[in-house]
Amino acid sequence: MSAPYIQIDRVAQTFRTKRGNFPALRDISLTVQQGEFVTLIGHSGCGKSTLLNLIAGLTRPTEGVLLCAGREIAGPGPERAVVFQNHSLLPWLTCFENVYLAVERVFSERENRAALRERTQAALALVGLTHAAAKRPGEISGGMKQRVGIARALSMEPQVLLMDEPFGALDALTRAKLQDELLDIVASTRATVVMVTHDVDEAVLLSDRIVMMTNGPAATIGEVLSVDLPRPRDRVALADEPRYQATRKAVIDFLYTRQGHVEKAA
Amino acid sequence: MVSAVFHAPLDASASAPTAASPPTPGGPATVAAAPAAARATPDTAATALPWRERAGWFWRVGLPPLLGLGLLVVVWSLIAGNGASGIPTPQATWVHALDIFADPFYQAGPNDQGVGWNVLSSLQRVATGFGLAALVGIPLGFAIGRFDFLSRMFNPLISLLRPVSPLAWLPIGLLVFKGANPAAIWTIFICSIWPMIINTAVGVQRVPQDYLNVARVLNLSEWKVFTRILFPAVLPYLLTGVRLAVGTAWLVIVAAEMLTGGVGIGFWVWDEWNNLNVASIIIAIVVIGLVGLLLELALVKLASLFTYEEVKA
Repeated sequence: MSAPYIQIDRVAQTFRTKRGNFPALRDISLTVQQGEFVTLIGHSGCGKSTLLNLIAGLTRPTEGVLLCAGREIAGPGPERAVVFQNHSLLPWLTCFENVYLAVERVFSERENRAALRERTQAALALVGLTHAAAKRPGEISGGMKQRVGIARALSMEPQVLLMDEPFGALDALTRAKLQDELLDIVASTRATVVMVTHDVDEAVLLSDRIVMMTNGPAATIGEVLSVDLPRPRDRVALADEPRYQATRKAVIDFLYTRQGHVEKAA
Repeated sequence: MVSAVFHAPLDASASAPTAASPPTPGGPATVAAAPAAARATPDTAATALPWRERAGWFWRVGLPPLLGLGLLVVVWSLIAGNGASGIPTPQATWVHALDIFADPFYQAGPNDQGVGWNVLSSLQRVATGFGLAALVGIPLGFAIGRFDFLSRMFNPLISLLRPVSPLAWLPIGLLVFKGANPAAIWTIFICSIWPMIINTAVGVQRVPQDYLNVARVLNLSEWKVFTRILFPAVLPYLLTGVRLAVGTAWLVIVAAEMLTGGVGIGFWVWDEWNNLNVASIIIAIVVIGLVGLLLELALVKLASLFTYEEVKA
């Protein structure tokens, strides 16, 4: 439970643009334990997604090293599944086929077709979408699409689940429902999760630790806050919990008091 | 982007009136009380509605095209006069058309065949030339879109050759293939290959990064990336290229056949001109237009079957 799983060591990321180099991240060092739920929070443009892409292996850092299970992250891999901000389902495939594509890639060498189909069905059942298996993404709601995206990521039985503002585009009620589902799923699969968010309540409700980032350019980790709340967590009961409120206050204080001048700085 | 967007030719005219007509609440009584509202009913419900609404539908949707055609015939009659100027009157042309279409598939020697055979020969040339162009152009478009090196290598060539009238290639075709028919097909090949290369390449370059990220995260094989992501994502662009190519090919075949002879609608136009049979030429113009329209409609229909919503949330 407490083995360091993802290690980020003095990572910096600089993008080359037409107007010269743009330093997005500097001096990022962070260790994520196995089974831990970590959220990255910060104002928009602070490089949260950039950091997540680095862990996913979609981009390479300009400086520093990222390790996953002791090995350097050299590219994307199925052990680090990504749930994208805009679901990124393939519109010409049904929900079933979208998930099956991932299942097939990871398990087809070891399992026969019936087992692969079973895995796909199980992943869709996990997010409560068995009935929508034959539908195309264009025929289902935004919340359902995001759930298919989560099912696709979970179906690969990843060691790490990387989520880039997965519920950002959803309405508040759907978001709360999916957060609760995610809590249950994570409790049962004991996956390591790194999630990008800009929602304070979401961060406090879901995380073991909240990584708060300073404003860009050249953003870095401002503070790491442990969320000392027992699991399973219930959003209604937590509303009156003093420790919840204290944690929430600490995050808000960081975001709006100490890092609040995002417009003036930019 | 402009060349890669679908436009159904009828869309613009059909969508304007429907967009301006929200469904009227209330029954026929409301409509009768407010005559202005009768014009604002959706045309889909026209069949089962009172005569007043049907008249409204006719007024908005049925009448304008008829007026347009009527105007054409009136202008034509004015120009033709009594037919003495050489341009036949609409009636004379109509009578001649009945005669021609009474037996469109007669055969009286190699240079005297029915209009049906002529159209079919032209379509066959277009199909062959276009098919060969698709075989070469689509894979080439994929390669150019996928690899920057190839894109830089071929772009100057394409930019140089694309503006050239395909008919300028006809003598080269005659020289190389030693025959009129293959030379005409070669001309069609040349004119239809550019839109297919360019649209396919643009389509490949425009595949959303999100889809490619999915492919990278899932670590899909090159074959899966092609069949599950690249090809479906490019298909709408590709079909736009096909539509432009077929449209151009149908324009060019008439001119090519005028030069090469043989059986074909273009040759038929030229032959009838040599016979000073102007009514036949007018009929040929209408036939060429109708066939072009049908090709266009069929390809738009085909394209709409393969168009999916974009990934953007």
